[in-house]
Amino acid sequence: MTDQTHPLSNAETTRPVPEKAPFSLSRLPDAVTGWLLSLPLVFVLAFFLILPIIMIVVVSFWGATEFSIYPAFQFDNYEFLLTSPVTYQVFLNTIKYAVITWAFTLLIGFTIAYFLAFHVRSLTWQIVLFLLCTIPFWTSNIIRMISWIPFLGRNGIANSTLISMGVIDEPLEWLLFSDFSVILAFVHLYTLFMVVPIFNTMMRIDKSLIEAAYDNGASGFQTLTNVIIPLTKPGIMIGSIFVVTLVMGDFITVRFMSGSQKANVGRLISNDIALLQYPSAAATAVILLITVLIVISILLRFVDIRKEL
Amino acid sequence: MEKRSRSFYVLAAFFALFLVFLYGPTITIAILSFQGPQGGLTFPMRGVSLHWFHDLFQQQAVGDIWGSFGRSLVLGLMVMATTVVVSVMGGLAFRKRFPGSGVIFYLIVTSLVIPSILISLGVGLIFSQSGLTVHWSTSGFGSQLTWTLPFGLLIMFAVFNRFDKSYEEAARDQGASAWQTVRHVVLPIIAPMLIGVALFGFTLSYDEFARTLLTAGSYNTLPLEIYGMTTNVTTPVIFALGTLTTAFSFLIIAIFLGVVLVLRKRQAKLGSDAGQGMM
Repeated sequence: MTDQTHPLSNAETTRPVPEKAPFSLSRLPDAVTGWLLSLPLVFVLAFFLILPIIMIVVVSFWGATEFSIYPAFQFDNYEFLLTSPVTYQVFLNTIKYAVITWAFTLLIGFTIAYFLAFHVRSLTWQIVLFLLCTIPFWTSNIIRMISWIPFLGRNGIANSTLISMGVIDEPLEWLLFSDFSVILAFVHLYTLFMVVPIFNTMMRIDKSLIEAAYDNGASGFQTLTNVIIPLTKPGIMIGSIFVVTLVMGDFITVRFMSGSQKANVGRLISNDIALLQYPSAAATAVILLITVLIVISILLRFVDIRKEL
Repeated sequence: MEKRSRSFYVLAAFFALFLVFLYGPTITIAILSFQGPQGGLTFPMRGVSLHWFHDLFQQQAVGDIWGSFGRSLVLGLMVMATTVVVSVMGGLAFRKRFPGSGVIFYLIVTSLVIPSILISLGVGLIFSQSGLTVHWSTSGFGSQLTWTLPFGLLIMFAVFNRFDKSYEEAARDQGASAWQTVRHVVLPIIAPMLIGVALFGFTLSYDEFARTLLTAGSYNTLPLEIYGMTTNVTTPVIFALGTLTTAFSFLIIAIFLGVVLVLRKRQAKLGSDAGQGMM
């Protein structure tokens, strides 16, 4: 106790301090309280976020033999990465997945949130239906991916239904292990990252604004485009940040749903890791991180997250 | 009440389709996990049996499922407890801006959006280069916190932004110390939200894959074990496992939601129990 009060009384000798006051958090300056309370958080972030990033940047300049890595300062990894046409192809593919998934999740997520916020009238029903949309988030992604197999396989439900309906004669080969199945899984996994923030923003829209729009003769569609969409923008941006970063950083969905036939940056990294080529994995990771941060900083220009909480 | 418009029915149908899309696959594998012993990975069902569930309990058939389940459970509880405590402290800290709070805030956002494989790779490298062995309870634990803490903190920020400060002022006016105010006023009021944070902490850890991949060491957690199975198991036993672990997740969610409901009811009945510490 004395140890803790000592530096404080030193710092405040110029000001009148209540005599012999017992030590208390409330008497500390706000800054000190803030620092003390966020100490555990900073500790975790320092060791498991900042340090790993630094480590990756450092190792990206290292060299590797077939079975070990050694400290060095060389640009070989980056040179190889940036001169290889595969890199650009894979980055392009990653961005393609991100953009297509983003478009689908936004359309579906917005519609669902719009329905929940403006068409469901009782709060209880809103909460129940909202929970129904969010519960899968708390279950295993891998299991949710596996559950597509009986649907999409060569002899799966989709193919056999289409054949028995006479739509197709032969099973469709592109249902599973293709771009289609990858994007389907992404949309399946990540749409609720759009629904939640958009619904959250919509619930805070003052309903009288919408009535005012109707009273002034706006049609339902005009109200949607001129009132609701602009006011929902922050939620849309937060949802977009989630979806885009999750898709860009993914490697497991692409690997699993494409049956290892398609590549994205995450798979490039995980393949290098599997071959113990950590420096080249680290270099790819650095480029990926820079790409993701650029995308985020663009999206953050449209929204002040701290204000939206 | 005004009449439902046509757009309501269109949207309601869309919503129903979305729920089918969301839950359909899970329900399908739940049905298929009861395949008969000769059944395959898709319909038709060749009889109905518990054969594949039975298989799960025979270790040689599927690897160390139960060991990995135990590890995931313990790790989930560790991550849950840490997430709740650290998030509450962080939430309290961020009620006032302090020098550095902006930086910490953007670090939290970074922690949320950083590709998981970077955490896995970075932490793995740190441990291997400094001669430490990666283990699910050390490196795995820390890596998972970088995923659960941002969710916990964002919830706490949202909670404290809506928190009515007059409750605390009242407590302080009555002579409560800072700790007493937090313990007897703030915590009881935010308790239902803390259950929410705990739910995030546990389930996100229990299902976490990418951040644990290179940081769990030689003993797998359940998602890693399941992932290993997907490459070499081609029988419905994987559906049985998927069904069991999803059922377990649903059970956990139901328990947490139940606790929230009970707390809410209690709060509504007793009013806020702030001030009980004075008596």
